[in-house]
Amino acid sequence: MARSPAITANKPRFSLPRLSRKLAPYVFIAPAVILFLVFMVYPIIYSFILSFQTQNDNGDLVFNGLANYQRLLGDSKFFQALGNTILILVVQVPIQLSLAMLLAVFLNSKFLRWRGFFRAVYFLPAITALAAVSIVFLILFQDNNGFVNYVLSLVGIGPISWSRDPFWNQVLIILAITWRWTGYNMVIYLSGLQGIPGDIYESAAVDGASPTTQFFRLTLPLMRPIILFTTIFSTIGTLQLFDESYLLTRGGPSDATLTVGAYLYRVAFQRADFPYASTIAYGLLVLILVLSIIQLRIGDREV
Amino acid sequence: MISQQQKVSPAIPANRAQSYIGEHSLRSRAGHIVKYLILAIGSIISLFPFYFMFIAATHTSGEVLRTPPNLLPGGNLFDNISKLVKDVSFDQAIYNSILIAVIFTVASMSVSALAGFAFAKYKFKGSNLIFGVFLLTLMIPAPVTYVPLFKLMTPEGNPFGLNWLGTLQAVILPGLASPFGIFLMRQSMRALPDELLDAGRIDGTGEFEMFWRIVIPVMRPTLAALAIFTFMTQWNSFFWPLVAQVKTIPTAISALRGSSIIDYGGIMTGTSLSVLPILLIFLLMQREFISGALAGSVKG
Repeated sequence: MARSPAITANKPRFSLPRLSRKLAPYVFIAPAVILFLVFMVYPIIYSFILSFQTQNDNGDLVFNGLANYQRLLGDSKFFQALGNTILILVVQVPIQLSLAMLLAVFLNSKFLRWRGFFRAVYFLPAITALAAVSIVFLILFQDNNGFVNYVLSLVGIGPISWSRDPFWNQVLIILAITWRWTGYNMVIYLSGLQGIPGDIYESAAVDGASPTTQFFRLTLPLMRPIILFTTIFSTIGTLQLFDESYLLTRGGPSDATLTVGAYLYRVAFQRADFPYASTIAYGLLVLILVLSIIQLRIGDREV
Repeated sequence: MISQQQKVSPAIPANRAQSYIGEHSLRSRAGHIVKYLILAIGSIISLFPFYFMFIAATHTSGEVLRTPPNLLPGGNLFDNISKLVKDVSFDQAIYNSILIAVIFTVASMSVSALAGFAFAKYKFKGSNLIFGVFLLTLMIPAPVTYVPLFKLMTPEGNPFGLNWLGTLQAVILPGLASPFGIFLMRQSMRALPDELLDAGRIDGTGEFEMFWRIVIPVMRPTLAALAIFTFMTQWNSFFWPLVAQVKTIPTAISALRGSSIIDYGGIMTGTSLSVLPILLIFLLMQREFISGALAGSVKG
């Protein structure tokens, strides 16, 4: 079906059954719906059922009520991973979004040259594979003979034990995420800033508002929907963080940078405890929903 | 650039020229220098890991970690490549990555464009309900589906009797029907004037030909942006190929990182080969790239 139109585009050599207007929408959505039922709806439902089950001695799955969820609430490893993830979240997301906003405001300045160049350069990290980036950071931040420790040694700092010290391990993963995503958010902010009409600023300037005042009283309120959007998406992304934890730090010394995503992978695909992994996934779902709702509420209130 | 700005500003009313910059020209000049300085430092931080990676790709493992660091190209690139091919059959990984990204992009675009068009331009029974369910799943984090999807690929307890672990379809099929893509397509196709579609119907062709001859050409910019975004996401995708046990460039890199003696030169060659194609596409099609990334934020 997908090929024939290319052939018939100019002069129909053979025609496929003429699709009536009434039938067309059903045919058009059919591939999406079938794929969706099998690879999205079914997994979501099955995962939910699985989260209430456990494997008995024969290897069969049996229901065990809320036992998995009780186990989750008492699972110190899960809470450690959650704590790590939330630490990354509350430190990294504000840093990243503030930096992105600062750069976007700079790039939105009048008379700025090389705007396109800067925008491209800052966006570049966001298009590269996390797997690749993680390994580059791994090498740059080697404890011995790493580039970063070398540079720090030139100004008399270090050597910092990036891989063995839990604190610096967390700093490392935050640096890597910030490097990767700041430019992406900056591009989003920049396009938002460019949508603000310039005469708003002109009249504010006439009224004697300093650039700083203009930023806090005009720019930020006008950008609120976009800031809210990037906050929610960064939050969701961070809560599902996996690649960096798995590749860059391997969970870190004594699991200092084990994220919920990496813990889920460990439980599901290294221990093959599928029911409990589903419980963790649904715990994550609840967490994301709650945080998103809280952020939406806060975002709506601050007018 | 600063002298340029001085030349320009007197021609423009003072308040307008300085609205972003500052109240005083001396201060604004200093402010401008600070801006460029910060932007330049940021650019260096942004670019340096790429530079380091490409340089390291041409060195042996020992040279990568030399003190002081090696910041000029070496002569080991081809050794690194042939070692990658020999040790982890990296050529296979490249082949799989290209195949997966291309097939996925074409198939996913077709699925999204067709469904998006149906939701945008037809009234049919259940359309709101089905579209609503699609939207609802946008809010469900992917990890929820991981375990059942994995079980779908393995023969044990499989409801469909599939045995797909390690196959390309295991990586391609699960994400094809993207709620985001369908949503984006629907939003942009709603703007299509009905007269245009009716004009395409007049010559008595079926709906599918109308879609192919009228809708697709008009939608080309949006399709291009979404296609690039889709291609990039697939090319970079790591988690799912890892779980489905398919050798792609990211999973091959991961395997290199897992070996007991890490060959840093070789691994940087691998990451360079992973980054290079996307980098080239980005340089050629920057506008589509960025609008693809923005699509989610502005229209979502």
